[in-house]
Amino acid sequence: MTRLWSYGALAIGILYFLLPLYGMSEFSLRMIRGEYSLQAYYVVLGDARFQATFGYSVLMALVTIVFGVLLVVPTAFWVRLKLPGLRPYIEFITLLPLVIPSIVIVFGYIRLYNTSSWLPLTGTAMGTNVLLMFGYATLALPYMYRAVDTGLRTIDVATLTEAAQSLGAGWSAILARIILPNVLGAVLSGAFLTFAIVIGEFTMAALLDRPAFGPYMQLLGANRAYEPAALAVIAFAITWACMGLIQLVTRFSKHNRVAR
Amino acid sequence: MVNSSPARRRLPLTWLGVVPFFVFVGLFLLLPTLYIVVGAFRTPGGDFTFDNIIALNTPSILSAYWVSIKISFWSALLGCLIGFAMAAAITVGKGPRWMRDPLLTFSGVASNFAGVPLAFAFIATIGPAGIITLYLRTEFGINLRLMGFNLLSTLGLVITYLFFQIPLMILIITPALDGLKREWREAAAILGATNAQYWRKVAFPILFPSILGTMALLFANAFGAVATAIALTGPSLNIAPILLYAQIRGDVLGSPNLGYALAFGMIVITGIANTAYIVLRARSERWLK
Repeated sequence: MTRLWSYGALAIGILYFLLPLYGMSEFSLRMIRGEYSLQAYYVVLGDARFQATFGYSVLMALVTIVFGVLLVVPTAFWVRLKLPGLRPYIEFITLLPLVIPSIVIVFGYIRLYNTSSWLPLTGTAMGTNVLLMFGYATLALPYMYRAVDTGLRTIDVATLTEAAQSLGAGWSAILARIILPNVLGAVLSGAFLTFAIVIGEFTMAALLDRPAFGPYMQLLGANRAYEPAALAVIAFAITWACMGLIQLVTRFSKHNRVAR
Repeated sequence: MVNSSPARRRLPLTWLGVVPFFVFVGLFLLLPTLYIVVGAFRTPGGDFTFDNIIALNTPSILSAYWVSIKISFWSALLGCLIGFAMAAAITVGKGPRWMRDPLLTFSGVASNFAGVPLAFAFIATIGPAGIITLYLRTEFGINLRLMGFNLLSTLGLVITYLFFQIPLMILIITPALDGLKREWREAAAILGATNAQYWRKVAFPILFPSILGTMALLFANAFGAVATAIALTGPSLNIAPILLYAQIRGDVLGSPNLGYALAFGMIVITGIANTAYIVLRARSERWLK
C-alpha cells in the first residue's frame, strides 16, 4: 500500500511537471504549419529587440552581481569578525525582500526617487538603470547574504585574518586574497542565483520602464503565438544552466575541502 | 592634567565597516517601504488619517484582495499536499531512492522558473490553443472550454502557481523528513504501533509545524507574484498585485494615497504569513534539528 502511494504521488507530480515542459517545447516547434521546425527560435533570436533586451538584462545581471559581492562579502566578513552581536539584525534585514513584495519596493522607489525628489534617480536613463540595479541587488540580497554567510561559517575567519595581519596584509588584501578565494564557491552560488533572478525579472523593470528582457517577453506574449513558447524554452534552459552551475560549484568546493 | 596613559581608549570605529550595508538597505529597502507605509496613513496634504485604509473597503478592492487570498491559499495548500507526498515518497516512503537527487535538482530549477516564461509554458499546454487542450478535443472530444475551464482564471492561476509551489515545498520539507529519527519509528513499533498509528501519533505531530510554516511561506510567495499573473491574464484579472500594478502605472484608483494603502495591505498580509512561517519553523526545530 505504501509503495503504491509513493509511486502514485511521484507519478502524478512528475506528470504535472513534464506536461508544461513538453507543451512549451512542442508548441515552440510548430510555427510552420504541418511540420516541426526551429522557425520560432530563428525569429526570436533574429529579432533585434530580443538581442537588445537580452543584452541589457545580461549586463544588468553582471553589474548586480559585482555590486552584490562588493556589498555583501565585506559586510558579512566584518560582522562575523567584529560585530557578531549585529548578526541577527542583519539576517533579519536581508530576509525582508522575501517578505515585502517587489512591486511594493519598486512603488516606493518611484515615489521616493522621482524627478521632484531630493535624489532624482528616475530623471535620467542612467539614473534609472542604477536604481533598477539597486532594486535587483535588493531582490538578490537574501540569497547572496545567506550563501556568503554560510561560506564564511566553514572557515576560521578570525585566525585567517590574524595570520594575514601578522604577515602585514591590509584589509583590502585580506578581503581580496584571503576571504574571497575561501568563499568563492559560495559567492559563485549566490552569483548564479542572482543571474537567474535578474535575467527574467519583470515587475521592477516594467514599472521603471527599462528595456529589459522580462518586459520584452511579456510584450511578445501579448502579441505572438509561437515565439513566446520558444522564449519559455530558452528561459527554462537558462534557469537550468544556472542551477546546474551552482551544483557544480558546490560539489567542487566540497571536494576541495575534503582534499585538504 | 593631560591624560597620557598609553591605554587611552580609541574611538570605537568598528561600526564603520557596516555603514555601506546599512546605507544601502536604508535607501533601497527600508526607506521606500516606510514611505509607502507612512503614505497609507496620510492625506494628500500630509496630515495623519485612517481614511485611506477605510477607503480600501470598496467591493472592487476587497474582491481583488479576496481573489488573491483564495489563489494564494489554494496554491499553497495543494502545493503543500502534493509536495509533501512527493518528498515523503523519496525519503521515508517506498518510492525509488535513485529519484531523490534528480527530483531535488529539478525542484531547485522549477522553484526558480517563475514569472513570464512560466505563464507561456502553461498557455502552450492548456491554454485555449494549447497542446493538451487540442489533444483532448480532437482525440477524446473533450472540450475543456465548454466544461468551464479557462486558464485565464483563478483556477488557471492556481494550476500555474503550483509549478513553483510544489518544488519549494519539496525543497523545504525534505530536510525535515530526513530529520525523522529511525529510533522513533522503532520505539513506536516496539510499543505495538502500526505504521498508520506511527504516522498519526508521532511523525505527523512532529512535522506539523514545519508543514504549516511552509504553507504560510508558500502563501506569501504566491501573494506577491505579479509577473506570472500579468503574463497569463493581462491586466484583466482583478487581483491585488495586478490592481497595484495598474495603480502604479496609471493611478486607476484616482488617489495616490489609496494606492499606498493598497500596497500597505499587501505588506500586512505577506508580513503575517512570513511571521507565521518564522514562528512555526522555530517551533519545529524543537524536534527536528
